Amino acid sequence: MIKLFKVKEKQRELAENANGKTLVKKQSAGELRLHRDISELNLQKTCTIAFPNGKDDLMNFEVTVRPDEGYYLGGTFMFTFQVSPMYPHEAPKVKCKTKVYHPNIDLEGNVCLNILREDWKPVLNINTIIYGLFHLFTQPNYEDPLNHDAAAVLRDNPKMFESNVRRAMSGGYVGQTLFPRCM
Amino acid sequence: MVESTVQQSRSRDLDKLLLRPGNLVGPNFEPGPGLREDLKEYVRVLVVGAGGLGCELLKDLALSGFREIEVIDMDRIEVSNLNRQFLFRLEDVGKPKAEVAARRVMQRVAGVNIVPHFCRIEDKELDFYSNFSIIALGLDSIEARSYINSVACSFLEYDADDKPQEETVKPMVDGGTEGFQGHARVIMPGITPCFECTIWLFPPQVKFPLCTLAETPRTAAHCIEYAHLIKWDEVHSGEAFDPDDPEHMKWVYDEANKRAELFGIPGVTLSLTQGVVKNIIPAIASTNAIISAACALETLKIASGCSKTLSNYLTYNGAEGLHTKVTEFVRDKDCLVCGPGVLIELDASVTLQKFIELLEEHPKLLLSKASIAHRGKNLYMQAPPVLEEMTRSNLSKSLYDLMGKIPKDVVHATGTTNKNDKKTSVLRKLRVVFKGVDEITDMETAAGGA
Repeated sequence: MIKLFKVKEKQRELAENANGKTLVKKQSAGELRLHRDISELNLQKTCTIAFPNGKDDLMNFEVTVRPDEGYYLGGTFMFTFQVSPMYPHEAPKVKCKTKVYHPNIDLEGNVCLNILREDWKPVLNINTIIYGLFHLFTQPNYEDPLNHDAAAVLRDNPKMFESNVRRAMSGGYVGQTLFPRCM
Repeated sequence: MVESTVQQSRSRDLDKLLLRPGNLVGPNFEPGPGLREDLKEYVRVLVVGAGGLGCELLKDLALSGFREIEVIDMDRIEVSNLNRQFLFRLEDVGKPKAEVAARRVMQRVAGVNIVPHFCRIEDKELDFYSNFSIIALGLDSIEARSYINSVACSFLEYDADDKPQEETVKPMVDGGTEGFQGHARVIMPGITPCFECTIWLFPPQVKFPLCTLAETPRTAAHCIEYAHLIKWDEVHSGEAFDPDDPEHMKWVYDEANKRAELFGIPGVTLSLTQGVVKNIIPAIASTNAIISAACALETLKIASGCSKTLSNYLTYNGAEGLHTKVTEFVRDKDCLVCGPGVLIELDASVTLQKFIELLEEHPKLLLSKASIAHRGKNLYMQAPPVLEEMTRSNLSKSLYDLMGKIPKDVVHATGTTNKNDKKTSVLRKLRVVFKGVDEITDMETAAGGA
């Protein structure tokens, strides 16, 4: 390609001083794929989405889940999503911002959902994750615990688990931990 | 007199490639001493990364007859680099890699000119990258490769028949190593598959289930990830973990050790902690040397035409004996990054609403319910309702205005199309060209920026 390089190098030298700087925001392939995921979102009535940084930042958003059945009926739980430019090669980072008494969500907001870590695949999408989060509230699972105490109570004494969840959601102590009201 | 002897001995091997004709040469190869001079004079190579591969690449390129080289790297030298990043000495620890590497090669190879850039690859304008003839990549992350790939592909232009225009092709040579394994590939955007066409080649990262970390750790790595992902947040509320802060790393190591003792798990060390947290696989100097040599040779072949290039992906495995193989991967014809997309000519007066309707009727697209994005701006989103509302007012505006009055540019559209009576969702690249908008406008804008 040396002839081509020669021509271009001569052009470049000529244009050296007459060149304006082009600072263009590069849109990564991950952003484009996310654009598609978001434009095709098909949310249930129980889930809403918000974009705190406006319409052009789809990489950071919030999803609010309001379970319509199960232990967590009536509660409102907010999750933040952080999507990397390597999406969908990498799963989004999801944190629960509402302090919740839940076997699969710890008090720091870490969420134990298989498709967020070990079972993530690029064919999955944002819709799948939101569905998975909703599922965590209708089917809490004591076999994969992050909150060890909550899991033990759910396994050994579901009635007590139910009353603990109600107490936590209406704003109160479970054991030593204070949960802010989220209903 | 002395100089000419030195010059001759240095280019002796190179001359065997550049001065003699051959049967397996590239198109338009014209052997002769002029070619050697032209390599120095007219070929500008950018080396991205001045680490394990970068050090080797700079040395190899400088000794292969290239004179105008630049190198970009955002890192500083660490003690752990010194076993293989041979341009660095103990007294260089803490200094920018790009600057030390450039200086060392210039000291050793007379006449070569290496310009260092100590910054992030994203900090440079597109013009910076467009100035190079060839970009050689010595990187360790998919993300950085993907970025450079998208920059190089953004220079690519297609003619009306969807053929790539040769003068807009920015060749890349990409090297990568992981322990005893490595790859070298040649990327000619528009001609050979780009990085994004074959992104599936990279295996997903191994991630442990959080609940295993929290409940039933079985390996040293589980203990380390527990300290890194769970314990850190519990103790340092709000403070982000910084893998490059030695104190943070030491804290994670200590916590991992405590947990390993609790569960009777052996094997937690500081270096394993660094490896797991930063996802590092030990680097092998000889793998870097072999892969860089292949990359430098391909760079020389592209520039001089002295041989046909690798077609197009070489894998090397030195773990058990030695195995190398070249695979010819194929382009993804619908690639959003290097593909031609669908050419659409419009009047400058067409509104966004009208444009979306046109996509539905366009024979190559038949795209209904399209959402439109241009350079990271969402012009219209069909869903979710909150975004639809925020972008609805754009529908009545002209697309030309919404795109910042650029005579031609790429937009992306997501929507549904009917394939064999089944609705499938698609994401398409569109090359929008406005008719009746004088090309002179383009020139004026360019000149206006001076």
